[in-house]
Amino acid sequence: MTAVAQPREITAPRTTSRFSRGLGRVGVHAGVVILMAIWLIPTIGLLVNSFRPAQDVASSGWWNGLFPPYNLSLDNYAAVLSEQGIGDAFVNSLFITIPSVIIPILVAAFAAYAFSWMSFPGRNLLFVAVVGLLVVPLQTTFIPILRLYSGISIHFGPLNFDTLNGEFLAVWLAHTGYGLPFAIYLLRNYMGGLPREVFESAAIDGASPVVAFLRLALPMSVPAIAALVIFQFLFVWNDLLVALVYIGSTNAANSPLTISIANLVTSLGGNWQLLGAAAFLSMALPLAVFAALQRYFVRGITGGAVKG
Amino acid sequence: MDPRIGTALTVLIGVPAVLIGYIYLTEIALRALPERYKPRARPWLWLLPALAFLFVFLIYPTIGTFIRSFRNADDTDFIGLNNFQKFVSSDATLIALRNNILWVIFLTVFCVGIGLLIAVLVDRVRYESWAKGVIFLPLAISAVAASLIWKFMFDYQPPGEPQTGTMNAFIGVFGISPVPWLQIDTFALNTFALIGVMAWMWTGFAMVIISASLKSISAELLEAARVDGANEWQVFRRIVFPLLLPTIAVVSTTMIITALKAFDIVYTMTGGNFNTDVIANLMYKQISFGDFGFASAIAVVLLIAIVPIMGVNIRRFQAQEAIR
Repeated sequence: MTAVAQPREITAPRTTSRFSRGLGRVGVHAGVVILMAIWLIPTIGLLVNSFRPAQDVASSGWWNGLFPPYNLSLDNYAAVLSEQGIGDAFVNSLFITIPSVIIPILVAAFAAYAFSWMSFPGRNLLFVAVVGLLVVPLQTTFIPILRLYSGISIHFGPLNFDTLNGEFLAVWLAHTGYGLPFAIYLLRNYMGGLPREVFESAAIDGASPVVAFLRLALPMSVPAIAALVIFQFLFVWNDLLVALVYIGSTNAANSPLTISIANLVTSLGGNWQLLGAAAFLSMALPLAVFAALQRYFVRGITGGAVKG
Repeated sequence: MDPRIGTALTVLIGVPAVLIGYIYLTEIALRALPERYKPRARPWLWLLPALAFLFVFLIYPTIGTFIRSFRNADDTDFIGLNNFQKFVSSDATLIALRNNILWVIFLTVFCVGIGLLIAVLVDRVRYESWAKGVIFLPLAISAVAASLIWKFMFDYQPPGEPQTGTMNAFIGVFGISPVPWLQIDTFALNTFALIGVMAWMWTGFAMVIISASLKSISAELLEAARVDGANEWQVFRRIVFPLLLPTIAVVSTTMIITALKAFDIVYTMTGGNFNTDVIANLMYKQISFGDFGFASAIAVVLLIAIVPIMGVNIRRFQAQEAIR
């Protein structure tokens, strides 16, 4: 484009630089395409094998599935859903994830509103403490919470257990606690940036803080909330560690997909067609959520990180 | 009907109702207070649920773990620094420590380096959003699924058998005999393989943030440098890179924390065998063995490694607040 804009400047040294720029362009395309291939091939390999019959998978590489006779089917998906308990685990993952997304975001929204639009002594110090809690490794919390949970026994209505360990409730509460620092941080940064006049005029018109929060702050913060929903959804749906610690061995019937699939790695060994089908079933929902809301996700991480 | 559906519906409708009901209730309760105390009491009532969760699930347990790290396996006796002595004197923990150091250095370098390379490269092609999407996608899947995808890449069959694993099939084309990637610990090859999987997942994160920062550099500035005779490398080295440095620092701290907490990939791919263990997996193993004292000591080591980063985060946050 430089050449088109300034044709009269083409002199001998320019020509070489244009030639090397041309080489550069080829290099750029080659580099990008090679990197894309490195990122895609591993996934494509397992995806192709998840459609192939067991004997093909064991005797020939996945790339053979791309050429006739294709011999591809959905049999492996049907098999893992029914025989390997992946169907149940999928439902468990949903049960674990949905409340673990809703509760922390609501709790964080109250706190973020207080941090942004109410003044009280110690506000900044308290918020700095929340920023500090962002990086506390979950490992330092497991043992005391496990002990705490094991002492909780409830027999009331639908709640019926001798220990909280192994129950969905255990994971919901834990994910709420773990997700809060980031949720408060992100929402406070967003709510704090909303125009001050909006809240001042609402107060002059006699709107209570509850009304200002529900009618103004929450609806205006939808982009930040959307970003948070994706983060928390991906974090909880993809989580292995928290589920292993609080549900893990205590109550296998409540295992989410991550635990079930990790167990299949041991029990199914080299049955890549089944392992692949299970893996892609677990990836379907997060990829769909991600594809639908990617705009908010990218804005969330760039806003969160570039701003701080 | 599945009884869990009843519970789920209760939670789905009940929890938001309870929480919003709580905020209304605080307003009613505040009416009982004299006018001048209302603005003082209100923020604390709004913060109460969050502070309660933060205390019960982060602050109280961190203190508890710290105390337990000085106590024995079943939490009946104070044993001083024995757990930490065990940590520095056992081969298993020292290997895990070495591996975590490798994770911190190489995961950060890979993700930031390749992320920067990709961000700069795709800036010059028209299919930029496609290329970014491809690199970014692994961030949405679980580390367990990523582990499966890569365990299959690294799959190994004894020589003579058909090599169906992609890596071994690929090197087989050049006549190289198959390599059991995840079992060879010479030069920590298998640990590097695991770090590579994590880098495959997280490079997209680094790329997206660096790319956003790259787009904010003014085009006129770069054009001015080119008019002054700077070549593309000089433009990158002298202008683009220095302007990207603050962003690279932010991404690097995130990657360091991610590397220190690495767990899922090790758990799923090798279980910590063949000298690939890391601190987080070691700690999980001690929980399942029931040695809560030692497990707590390992967690404290992890926390101590992360505290300096916490300091950096807080300082950066305060600097930002100052310009707000």
